[in-house]
Amino acid sequence: MVDHSQTGPALAVRDLTKVFETPGSRVTALDAVSLSVPRGEIHGIVGRSGAGKSTLIRCLTGLELPTSGEVVVAGEDITRLRGAELRAARRRFGVVYQHANLLDSRTAADNIALPLEVAGWDRGDRDARVAELLDLVGLSDRAQSHPGQLSGGQQQRVGIARALAARPEILLCDEPTSALDAATTGSILALLRELRDRLGITVVIITHEPSVVREICDAVTLLGDGAVLEQGRLGEVIADPSTRLHRELIPLVEPESDGLVRLQVALGHPDATVGSIDGIIALLRHEGIEADLAAATVETIAGRRVGRLLVELADASTTERARDLLDQARLHPEVAA
Amino acid sequence: MRFGTDPTWFDNPVITDGLPTALWETLAMSIGSALITAVLGVLVGVLLHNSSPGGITPQPTLNRVLGAVVNVGRSLPFLILMIAIIPITRFIAGTTIGWRAMVVPLTVGAVPFFARLVETSLREVSSGKVEAATMMGATRWDVTRKVLLPEALPGIVAGLTTTVIALIGYSAMAGAVGGGGLGATAMSYGYNRFQTDVMIAAVVLLVIVVQLVQVVGDRVARAVDHR
Repeated sequence: MVDHSQTGPALAVRDLTKVFETPGSRVTALDAVSLSVPRGEIHGIVGRSGAGKSTLIRCLTGLELPTSGEVVVAGEDITRLRGAELRAARRRFGVVYQHANLLDSRTAADNIALPLEVAGWDRGDRDARVAELLDLVGLSDRAQSHPGQLSGGQQQRVGIARALAARPEILLCDEPTSALDAATTGSILALLRELRDRLGITVVIITHEPSVVREICDAVTLLGDGAVLEQGRLGEVIADPSTRLHRELIPLVEPESDGLVRLQVALGHPDATVGSIDGIIALLRHEGIEADLAAATVETIAGRRVGRLLVELADASTTERARDLLDQARLHPEVAA
Repeated sequence: MRFGTDPTWFDNPVITDGLPTALWETLAMSIGSALITAVLGVLVGVLLHNSSPGGITPQPTLNRVLGAVVNVGRSLPFLILMIAIIPITRFIAGTTIGWRAMVVPLTVGAVPFFARLVETSLREVSSGKVEAATMMGATRWDVTRKVLLPEALPGIVAGLTTTVIALIGYSAMAGAVGGGGLGATAMSYGYNRFQTDVMIAAVVLLVIVVQLVQVVGDRVARAVDHR
């Protein structure tokens, strides 16, 4: 349940900087990264390999000491804690890994019990909690299976149950679906969303997969070269055609150039006066410009219909006029080819 | 010298009376030293692994000293080690002959060997598992006891099987310096007195014992391996 007595974000990162120094080289892995995740929200952190995602997750959990900056969870700056205090603070996080990282020597039930053993729960409480968690992730019938006997998706479900075991406030998911196929990815994402809705837990997902962000994130941070490039509510970021996330999350397969003039148009911007594909084509035809749709990607993301269209003009001399018209309608046209 | 009228095989008292005793001595010194080696080897193996640069408690000095001691132990041929540590054997066992005394050099010879095998098995436990436990707020002792050792157990059991077989081999050598056992019988009767039947019987018994150890070791390793 969401604890309403505690105000403020579940997780606040302020100016987190990590510099790796070796003789002769200096690498800034994180460059003044700040982010704030309200309780019960799903926040996606995206970026290419080497963008600093892994370093960020290691700094968040105190596995790596940042060069400067703060990581505040429940009013405590994790970066200042050591020893027993740090171990106690780590229990505020439940971590889900790409490869689940389950112990082969333990059954599914005993894997889920491990964080409870570490936290000193007694046997009876552990057993009851494990049964509850197995039920939550839909694996009650596989309690006594070892990880080797479970599918990748089932292993990840056990991983999620284990992460939730000691009732953390924040579920930290490090590429949770990157090793899974598309159908399994869908079921794991649905589970994460359901957990957020039912338990009110805060979720931070680190991923390189645009589909993960599209499907479950409320807010998103794009990292590049260790710095925050873009950040905001998913609906807002994605509807803004000037953002990189807009392009990455709404991939448009562009047809090969064949000499025709094409205009790229953004659909779903809150200021736009036209909100549908038909409306855009009609707007141009109304002014005597012969136009057709060459390609389009339309998605419903964060409850908002957003898309990118490629409009093909029959006559190149109408380009300027078409662009002006679309611009007036706040559709952010760009000449594509 | 040997004459055609001497009793052989199951009429030979060396085989009917001597070999069972020798077999018992071999088993006693091998099992005795294996038990102590299992405990000490795991201990040293864990110390070696956890103190290594990539371990959970890096201790470069301890790691280097321990590594050097283990390497010295491993590089000494057993026959030489056995003779070299006779004063230690006398101090611990109170004597230097008989199977009880032989447990000392056998253990000293086997611990470094087994410790390295334990270290290798521990190193193969994926760092992700250790990290997952660390993130649960586990102490280093928790990580060692609940993650590293259980996850490495199949490898450790296989290593112990190899070590016990090596111990049986060493135990035969122990016969050379008054340790008794099948090695001593094979040498003093089979070799020195040309009793080929004794030699063959001793070898057959050793082969059977080694086979049994391997089969049991493999079974146990498979039983604890859930990968």
